[in-house]
Amino acid sequence: MIRSEILREIAPILNPHLVVCNIGLPSQELHMIDDNARNFYMLGTMGLSSSIGLGLALAQDKTVISIDGDGSVLTNLGTLPTIANNVADNYILLIIDNGSYGSTGDQPTYAGMKTSLTAVAQACGCENVVEVQDVDCGKALEAAIASKKMTVIVCKCDSGNIKLPVITKDPVVIRDRFMTAVQA
Amino acid sequence: MSIDKKIVADLVANDVSFVTTVPCKQLAGVIDEIDRSEDIFHIPSNKEDEGMGLCAGAWMGGKRPAIIMQNTAIGVTINTLATLTQYYRMPLPMLISYRGELREPVACQVEMAVHTKALLNQMNIPTYHFHKESDADELDAILKYTFMCNKPVAILTDASFWGGYGDQ
Repeated sequence: MIRSEILREIAPILNPHLVVCNIGLPSQELHMIDDNARNFYMLGTMGLSSSIGLGLALAQDKTVISIDGDGSVLTNLGTLPTIANNVADNYILLIIDNGSYGSTGDQPTYAGMKTSLTAVAQACGCENVVEVQDVDCGKALEAAIASKKMTVIVCKCDSGNIKLPVITKDPVVIRDRFMTAVQA
Repeated sequence: MSIDKKIVADLVANDVSFVTTVPCKQLAGVIDEIDRSEDIFHIPSNKEDEGMGLCAGAWMGGKRPAIIMQNTAIGVTINTLATLTQYYRMPLPMLISYRGELREPVACQVEMAVHTKALLNQMNIPTYHFHKESDADELDAILKYTFMCNKPVAILTDASFWGGYGDQ
């Protein structure tokens, strides 16, 4: 499966929860599949989906799912020790690991070579790290939500993209709509 | 009241309850006070752009954030300031140790000091420079201003403000 197929499959699981979605194609895909007020789309700032999600989870009680990519986690690798040492049991980091920088033309990442983000997350001290294949992503996500334990899911999948338009919503509109949903 | 305690008291009085920090010798006393404060959740970050991401999330979650960092971090965070904090119009007080100013013992610190105000100016970031201890009397007003206008705001605190570098 490629990322957009995974997002389509897990969209109903994500829907009731607060979602911080990574820059580029992941946000464009989620926006196309299931746009709603509980989604925070990143329009820039590669690498910070996990950090924004952790800050949000630490600040309030609702479940927060950060959707990140292997390339984005590699660009902000310092996030994993911060996550490990500041446990928020309402926080799930879902790394869609397709071993490539999808939004820029599928250049390979080191996560698709020798580097295991699962092992890195464990070494950083994250206590619940689950590596799954694409077809099992939904089950792993449901289990993580039900566990009420901070979880890092590394979902291994194929690289590949679909054609779709950029998000033209104003960032302040996205943010204001999201904050209203956080407070609801 | 020590200047460290006064700064933290102003943060607390303005409902700042989520502070991320990157270590700094000059700001060590403030960081200690933040760590001790029961009113503030202190989350050290490994890099300043990561910290700004944490602050963005915390603010959307209903908490007023702040970041404590050195001025060298301006070089690290330009993209995050432009595409996250400013683009989504979020407030962020940045309490910054202004290395490379008068009484600086480390020459390399001057290399970023000479760019600091120019970069902040280029980014249209409101910037305040604390040089004497009494300058901190404005901190309360600066915090109110930051959360009024939903912008990142820089507070540069130089070595003279902190009383020099001690033995160095």
